[in-house]
Amino acid sequence: MMTQPTTTVVTAPGEPGSPRRAARRSTAGEEAKKRLSSPWASFAAVVLAVLWTLPTFGLLVTSFRPEADIKSSGWWTVFTNPSFSLENYRTVLGTETQDGLSKYFINSIAITIPAVIAPILVAALAAYAFAWMNFRGKNILFVAVFALQVVPLQVTLLPLLELWVDLGINRTFWPIWLAHTMFALPLAVFLLHNFMREIPGELIEAARVDGAGHVTIFFRLMVPMLKPALAAFGIYQFLWVWNDLLIGLTFGGQPNVNPLTVALFNLTGTRGTAWHLLSAGAFVSIIVPVVVFVSLQRYFVRGLLAGSVKG
Amino acid sequence: MHFLTAATSTSGKFLTMLLALLAFAAVVGIILFVASLVERRGRRGPVAWLFLLPTVALLIIGLVYPAGRTIVRSLYNAAGNTFIGLDNYTTIFTSEDQLVVLRNTVLWVLVTPFVATAVGLLYAILVDGARGESFAKALIFLPMAISFVGASIIWKFVYEYRDHIENLLPGQQQIQQIGLLNQVIVWLGGNPQQFLINSPWNNFFLIAVMIWIQAGFAMTILSASIKAIPAEITEAARLDGVGAFTMFRFVTLPSIRPTVVVVLTTIAIGCLKVFDIVRTMTGGSFGTSVVANEFYTQSFSAGNQGLGAALAVLLFILVVPIIVYNVRQLRASEGR
Repeated sequence: MMTQPTTTVVTAPGEPGSPRRAARRSTAGEEAKKRLSSPWASFAAVVLAVLWTLPTFGLLVTSFRPEADIKSSGWWTVFTNPSFSLENYRTVLGTETQDGLSKYFINSIAITIPAVIAPILVAALAAYAFAWMNFRGKNILFVAVFALQVVPLQVTLLPLLELWVDLGINRTFWPIWLAHTMFALPLAVFLLHNFMREIPGELIEAARVDGAGHVTIFFRLMVPMLKPALAAFGIYQFLWVWNDLLIGLTFGGQPNVNPLTVALFNLTGTRGTAWHLLSAGAFVSIIVPVVVFVSLQRYFVRGLLAGSVKG
Repeated sequence: MHFLTAATSTSGKFLTMLLALLAFAAVVGIILFVASLVERRGRRGPVAWLFLLPTVALLIIGLVYPAGRTIVRSLYNAAGNTFIGLDNYTTIFTSEDQLVVLRNTVLWVLVTPFVATAVGLLYAILVDGARGESFAKALIFLPMAISFVGASIIWKFVYEYRDHIENLLPGQQQIQQIGLLNQVIVWLGGNPQQFLINSPWNNFFLIAVMIWIQAGFAMTILSASIKAIPAEITEAARLDGVGAFTMFRFVTLPSIRPTVVVVLTTIAIGCLKVFDIVRTMTGGSFGTSVVANEFYTQSFSAGNQGLGAALAVLLFILVVPIIVYNVRQLRASEGR
């Protein structure tokens, strides 16, 4: 069901303990670990954590070092010979020149917001129909929408590109918005449908008895109750769109449309060793998803547990 | 209409964005309005189809029709004007370059899921219930929030190679390595390597990036699954006095087996489609191309649309059985 790991992984480490956990006995994992003799377990955990953090840390330190230092010595030498500057960020954001990353930063924002909201709007309607309406061919259509997740992006790119050219909207934001919306729909419909099914049927029935139509139920009942679900899907769609390279590369193609990822990609291609620009540029693009992720991780957990593992 | 499509200033871009949002909202609003009219007439059937209309239309335009076009195109030549049957597929399985692409894809799909899942599972168990568990998990998980392009830059810097002087003349300074991995090798007394150039080992250094990203995914899902094992089961096993390995092998692992399978297959699908990492780190040079990257090269750089389409279809064909298996596993785990 999760065909796009990069987008689906929307969880956060360590959800605040549920009531059951507070009074629980030790879990299987803890049991296994206790027997692994704790000092060694802690040591192994620290080694893994350091291995996983060091590459990012190294580039972060590098981004604050003067260009000449980056070229002549490793980042680890800052501990014995510290020297820092913000020059790389100033250069890469290009506050003085027109060629900096700040333009692409704006592009990324302009791409991401509609590409997150549009699929939610469209999918919420369809998910409601699948969850709470009866019509002929419902099951077949639902399976068909679900099954479309297997279509890899690559299969659609060239025909879509031709379509954008025919419509005269190639190299604008529109192809990118539309493509992200289209590709998000199968998973969005599926996830929102699952959430909607969890709402007790008696609530819907009671509303129906009171004479409420589907449109009223959709707005008065579904939308308020779905807030956590919408947030969960929204966050992961945000990560997917913000971090996407393939669609931006294929349908962007000009500086006023290209997202940050494409700008960074071009930077690696043309100036493979301009590490002062690459390191600062990478962190300009990384900072937004990391902040969103850290501040909204509660919703990631819900999205993952309700939508992904349990299905 | 010009400002709708070709904004160059920041305010122009945001204005375009607002208009797009309004357009999407208007479509949904019109549908809801029409639906409420239809409903007032007491007809419920058409309402469902109105709700489904935008989704079905977008999926047909965006997925079904293009996929069909690509399948047809894969049977045509590079320029797309002569029918050549299955020749493009024959090329994929016989040409020397394409066989390297297939070999690399197999490497990615076989190595990444198992290593990433093993690391994720090990880490989930190691930090389970420990003090600072959520912080420890965040460290491993954070790479998931980083784009593949960002991750590739981070690792390219770890692998960075500086020309190394084999025979130092007296008084000559050895060139300092700035990549961490090569510096470690120098510290250990070895010679620096060009990790991204020496084939076929460079593939493993690209795969390491994917493992770095996916281990957090595996860890998070498996950790939730481990915590969901009923305490009664572990308690009973503990009272029986089983050892750590027995506990893991006969209690933990069987309980989370369906989740492990889902994690493995999900990562495998991601590896089949991997594009950004290869594109950013080597561009597919030095024998590192994979199917998803080769598709892009053939379609958009080499101008061989037929072969590009065939590669895309191949990707499609490879992904389907894994997803079907994945869904079956999910069903089975729910049916228990």
